[in-house]
Amino acid sequence: MTPHNPYVAVVPAYNEAETIVGVVHALREHTPTYDVLVVDDGSTDDTCSMAAAAGARVLRLPFNLGIGGAVQAGFIYALDNGYERMVQVDGDGQHMPEEIELLARTMDESPEVDIVCGSRFLTDKGYPAPISRRTGIHIFAFLLSRIVGQRVSDPTSGFRLYNRRGIALFARDYPHDYPEVEAVLMLHFHRLRMREVPVRMLERGGGQSSIRSGKPAYYMVKVLLAILVGLGRRRPVVEPGDAAPVTAGHGL
Amino acid sequence: METRIQVVAIVASVGLLLLILELVRQRRLLERYALLWLFSALIMVGLAVWQGGLETIARTIGVSYPPNALFLVAFGFVLVLLLHFSIAVSRLADQSKVLAQRVALLEERQHSAQMSGPAPLTVPKDPARAGRDS
Repeated sequence: MTPHNPYVAVVPAYNEAETIVGVVHALREHTPTYDVLVVDDGSTDDTCSMAAAAGARVLRLPFNLGIGGAVQAGFIYALDNGYERMVQVDGDGQHMPEEIELLARTMDESPEVDIVCGSRFLTDKGYPAPISRRTGIHIFAFLLSRIVGQRVSDPTSGFRLYNRRGIALFARDYPHDYPEVEAVLMLHFHRLRMREVPVRMLERGGGQSSIRSGKPAYYMVKVLLAILVGLGRRRPVVEPGDAAPVTAGHGL
Repeated sequence: METRIQVVAIVASVGLLLLILELVRQRRLLERYALLWLFSALIMVGLAVWQGGLETIARTIGVSYPPNALFLVAFGFVLVLLLHFSIAVSRLADQSKVLAQRVALLEERQHSAQMSGPAPLTVPKDPARAGRDS
């Protein structure tokens, strides 16, 4: 293994060739103690070569897995390579690398916190999103806050810093399609501590959101179902020694 | 039930049973997926042969026309089989996700072993791309 920094920044990217170079450069500039890992989620453009040329390590998935599978590949990478912390940053330039320091400071000050989450809704600066999306986020936030017994203001934020415990949990099991909301629920069930800090988020620099236009209703239903099912799942993650989650023999 | 429809039902369900057995024999159908098929085919054969049984079942569940009971049972099996396949497909999706992640991790490890230090990677030629997922 080549020698590396103690921390890693994971950037999931699907067809983000326009913005990925800027994101990688900004990360290398603002966070020199972080290795940059771009997870190319089966892009059909040259996201992969652009990211590599910009100096990032690249995990190239052979086909598109969706955001959940891509980020989980990052968790596995971080776990395998012994990184102490992993920060997740979107590949579209929505998150500001200079604010990673904010997340990291919270984790330094409170070592009991396993995940620090950047929230758009803790500042007055306002987040430029259509009202429908904000409403949806607030509904999730309301439900989740009730369930986990702690205020969660921005459960869909993908700007998160994890410590070793967080990395280990999500390397083992991370939700598939729209993972952020369900991940908060998993944290709760596994008694990991989460804290939110206010961050700013920009408009997307280019490319397409993982919540593609015209799909918000599908997104809402899917995530609500995930929350509901997640509630009934007492132990969502396989502990060492349990039966494998995917086995050859299971049918009806 | 008329004799003619009974003959048709027997021929069809026995044919299905033989087809399944043949597929398993040729290893084109795994036993683990064949069991449910075999079970439903056997039940269908039984109902086709044992006419009184079908009438009893129809009376018990309140179906006035016995052949409809046969369709009902068959439909139930189809539903269960479809669910069985959805489970199988979910498992395959999970397995292929794990494989894709492992391949990517191995490729990256191979690259960083070839390079000395975190120098820019040379990117391999594009493998065949699958379409975007749902």
